[in-house]
Amino acid sequence: MSRSDVLVDADWAEAHIGDPGVVIVEVDEDTSAYDKGHIPTAIKLDWKKDLQDPVRRDFVDRTGFEALLSERGISNDDTVLLYGGNNNWFAAYAYWYFKLYGHDKVLLLDGGRKKWELDSRELSTDVPQRPKTSYTAKEQDASLRALRDEVIAAIGKRNLVDVRSPDEFAGRLLAPAHLPQEQAQRGGHIPTARNVPWSKAANEDGTFRSDDELRNLYQNEAGLDFGKDTIAYCRIGERSAHTWFVLHELLDQPNVKNYDGSWTEYGSLVGVPIELGDGR
Amino acid sequence: MSADGCGAPAGGVSVSAAAGSQAVVEGRVVHDGAPVARGYARLLGTGDEFVAEVPLGDDGGFRFFAAPGSWTLRVLAPGGLRAERSVEADYGRVTKVDVAI
Repeated sequence: MSRSDVLVDADWAEAHIGDPGVVIVEVDEDTSAYDKGHIPTAIKLDWKKDLQDPVRRDFVDRTGFEALLSERGISNDDTVLLYGGNNNWFAAYAYWYFKLYGHDKVLLLDGGRKKWELDSRELSTDVPQRPKTSYTAKEQDASLRALRDEVIAAIGKRNLVDVRSPDEFAGRLLAPAHLPQEQAQRGGHIPTARNVPWSKAANEDGTFRSDDELRNLYQNEAGLDFGKDTIAYCRIGERSAHTWFVLHELLDQPNVKNYDGSWTEYGSLVGVPIELGDGR
Repeated sequence: MSADGCGAPAGGVSVSAAAGSQAVVEGRVVHDGAPVARGYARLLGTGDEFVAEVPLGDDGGFRFFAAPGSWTLRVLAPGGLRAERSVEADYGRVTKVDVAI
């Protein structure tokens, strides 16, 4: 894998509007942005309604993923181009999720919705109707996902990357600053985690920084040992999917997992160690 | 926006709510007297450290729930439009920042 295998720019996306082998998908938590205007021919996925289990705290299982993609008209042979708001947080989460279920031909649009909008590119309100397919997913690839016990066992042993803002890391906030403060029972971070906010990996327009800048950020500035396995986490797993994308897909680091339970799970667990204060 | 969500409200926000115990920074962005409905507001800390970003609402509105302190608000909009303001936030207060770009 390298950058050109996983990331495309807006010109590439524009050139592939209407390409029968490419399905453009906008992924957001709140899909009202899609409803107001999206990249022409794009369909939408709702991070919560479509990708999360409606009852348990988990994402939809293999059967549910197959049903979702079949219903939306995505086939196993399609190249899926993902983009979204929030600097591609939820699109990166969906990317990770497509990879978990074994869809190989998946791409992320560099800069996502924001760059598309700031470039004043065309937005459409037409909602395409795609014929249904019979999508077959693979078993979940456990090498990409960390669960809580694995995270606790990784303290002091593996790289733990907390990609939340410094105030969330330190325990001063429990959520990003554009949301009311609520959620986990306790603030702070997992002991031995390094704080590398996801935003350091992105430029102002939402595009990813260059590979050299990213390597310097994680290795030299944050002191991550690339010889060790890595687990990334945030609050609910989408910002850390953005960092997982950087480490695993752009920088081609093996053994990088996303802990999607993240702080809303860890910060509410009874008996686990928590560290307070700013990062080093 | 769902209560347990993490993303910015894609349709933006309708300003304004009472602060309660939160440190709220909110306002509207206008260009030539009209609301800027397509654009982004970013909240930055010292040294340009990114804190949060929201898309502007239909009324050009934005809102942040910040920690108390001094922040920089930066607005980005199509056509290379941008503006910056210094803001102070404190618990229990709604800091209003209206921006003309």
